[in-house]
Amino acid sequence: MNKGLGRRKFLWYGSAAFGTSLILKACADPNSPTTAGAGANGDTIKVGILHSLSGTMAISETTVVEAEQLAIQEINANGGVNGKQLEVIVEDGASDWPTFAEKAEKLIDQDGVAVVFGCWTSASRQAVKDVFETRDHMLWYPVQYEGQECSKNIFYTGAAPNQQIEPAVQWLLDNKGDEFFLVGSDYVFPRTANTIIKEQLAAEGGTVVGEDYIPLGSTEVTPIIARIQQALPDGGVIFNTLNGDSNVAFFTQMQGAGMDPERYPVMSVSVAEEEVQQIGVDLLVGHYAAWNYFQTVETPENETWVEAFKAEYGQDRVTNDPMESAYLMVYLWKQAVEQAGDAYDLEAVRAAAIGQSFQAPQGLVTMNENHHISQMVRIGQVRDDGLFDIVWATDDRVDPEPWNQYVPETQGYGCDWSDPNKGGRFRLDEA
Amino acid sequence: MIELAVGIFNGIGIGSVLLIAALGLAIVFGLMGVINLAHGELMMLGAYATFVVQNVFRDLDAGDGVFGLYIIVALPVAFLVSAIAGLILERGVIRFLYGRPLETLLATWGVSLILRQLVRSVNWLLTIAILLFCALFFGGMWLLRRRPNWEGMKGWAIAILLPLSLAIAGVAGWAMTGNAALARPWFGPRNLDVRTPPWLRGGFELGAYRLPYSRMFIIVLTILCLVGIYWFFNRSDWGLRIRSVTQNRNMSACLGIPTGTVDALTFALGSGLAGIAGCAITLLGSVGPNVGQNYIVDTFMVVVVGGVGNIFGAIIAALTIGVSTYLLGSGALARVFEDINSLQFVAEFLRFFTSTSMARVMVFALIIAFLQVKPSGIFPQKGRTAEL
Repeated sequence: MNKGLGRRKFLWYGSAAFGTSLILKACADPNSPTTAGAGANGDTIKVGILHSLSGTMAISETTVVEAEQLAIQEINANGGVNGKQLEVIVEDGASDWPTFAEKAEKLIDQDGVAVVFGCWTSASRQAVKDVFETRDHMLWYPVQYEGQECSKNIFYTGAAPNQQIEPAVQWLLDNKGDEFFLVGSDYVFPRTANTIIKEQLAAEGGTVVGEDYIPLGSTEVTPIIARIQQALPDGGVIFNTLNGDSNVAFFTQMQGAGMDPERYPVMSVSVAEEEVQQIGVDLLVGHYAAWNYFQTVETPENETWVEAFKAEYGQDRVTNDPMESAYLMVYLWKQAVEQAGDAYDLEAVRAAAIGQSFQAPQGLVTMNENHHISQMVRIGQVRDDGLFDIVWATDDRVDPEPWNQYVPETQGYGCDWSDPNKGGRFRLDEA
Repeated sequence: MIELAVGIFNGIGIGSVLLIAALGLAIVFGLMGVINLAHGELMMLGAYATFVVQNVFRDLDAGDGVFGLYIIVALPVAFLVSAIAGLILERGVIRFLYGRPLETLLATWGVSLILRQLVRSVNWLLTIAILLFCALFFGGMWLLRRRPNWEGMKGWAIAILLPLSLAIAGVAGWAMTGNAALARPWFGPRNLDVRTPPWLRGGFELGAYRLPYSRMFIIVLTILCLVGIYWFFNRSDWGLRIRSVTQNRNMSACLGIPTGTVDALTFALGSGLAGIAGCAITLLGSVGPNVGQNYIVDTFMVVVVGGVGNIFGAIIAALTIGVSTYLLGSGALARVFEDINSLQFVAEFLRFFTSTSMARVMVFALIIAFLQVKPSGIFPQKGRTAEL
């Protein structure tokens, strides 16, 4: 067999490659965060941001990073927290769950951050949950999720199912009919969400005429379209928990098959302003989405925030719910630290976080004992410019229920971290 | 009756998407024996080319419907872009690896990663840096090649030129990072929206159903590609040369056929077809860096089931997989058995697989079972030659 690369040749190419990599390293972006001088050095507070900056989820998560960075910039410009500037360390989870866990360990053990803001998918959150629990550290998580979890070490500022899915189902039952077809991507969030919806419909008098899942990223939705037409020949409600690319295929082919929003209204829980731009506005006009925040919410705080965001990242950019949750959670954490006095005293910060209120772009939000926030629920209809007309909103803020009250296994359970006797999962009737 | 027609249409629709995506791969795999894992990324390049053409037409459109014609221009552009990328890939990487399937596999996988990251981060800065590097390195090599003692100094030249030109390009790029206009990514990691032309948006009314025009367009496009390939291989001079090189490389070379050019041409043709497939799939979904990954497994399935190097096999395989995916996933097959009393258990079994995810599982299981019976596909290769 031919030896291929001779030893001398190998040495040559090897040293050339090594030299180049050294040069490239020297030329690396001087603005990139360095890890030198780990630990609290007194005049700054280190905070970690852990999101996917590459891979499938980068599309969504980079916008959340921008919102978190904006909040941190604002806080620093206004004198920091307790007179200390925030020093950000950004890590890339690369849409890969083991990487998320690894980077979380690095942020806590090596960099010595006081808090981590991060994660989007439930899979990534579950991957880092152990890391935060074994080290008794602190994660703030900004995205709506399927619930059925309540960790002492995580603060959730997205919607729990009773703050998004359940009101959406109720609104559809009241306004759009009682025959539901459930469409979702094949992973934990859609399947759990649809379990909740099925229990809720059974309790409230609706029916599920069909349920279908496609693999994440798949674009072949022809069989689903055919099944919907079969199950709902005269129209009906479609509840959509598809994520990412599949949405484009789904809405394109719905339109191609002549299924208009009047006969087949689609309620999505993973499609916000950012996604509307990517999927294509003309495919979505007339369809619905349920969130706590829309860019069109009319509050003075929202006006200021949208303006600040566009000034920072471009006039053509839009804001959405996960970004708003990410933005407000940095402020909630700041308030908790100010009350606790020391950002690195995590026990005190955790205790101080409960009960914190903040006038967020979406309105007033309050952190509950179960580490989730009370917030408004809104339903929006996509309009021609890609933003949402808010067609319905709750009268008041909805208190979060991490354990779902429709699903038999978790019915009657609650979560309370302010009382050591109760903890993450206790029976409400025994309390 | 109408339902049956709609079912057949939908099945063929899924199959034709698979087929158009697999055509280029089948040619490259069949004629050259190259397993090209970057095929999906060549499709992605075609999709991005379509996106760019679409943007140009959107700017040209003055309300007179010019925009709708972009797809006609996008098809040849996508073909050319991917063909050129394929040509560079063949000349730059693959030609050194002929007859070494494992290395080819790894190298093309690497190329696919590079291409995916390239479209995420490409901007003027990167383009300038790459062009600068190419000019310095390849220009320098070209100058030095004229020296009489070239063979002796080749190793030295590469060892010095490579880091030097990399460093100069890197420093030049770094010096320009302050310029926001140059540093803005062309596409970014986001998925981009290619608008279907208005005349492809509707559908053909058939009773309660509507057959989307975009699907029909893909079916027609697939047929045109097949006819084109058939004509090229059987009626053109280069087609004859390609077939002769595939059958006996040494004899062809003796008879004066430039085998290197034939290799490059074949690979470029396969890549160009990937570009057309990329253009076609923009009618179904959005354009993103990972768009190729969604298709690569399916295309390989088609090629493997069809039998390596046989376009006819690929057609049969794609249609079979498409129709069975549709029949299982939409529950049409389960409904057939529901009407027969004695076969209720079959209907029950099929109903369990009536979901797009589960249908995929079932189809993969069937493919594996099929490959146990016929390991080399529907139409196995006879001897060393590849047939068309």
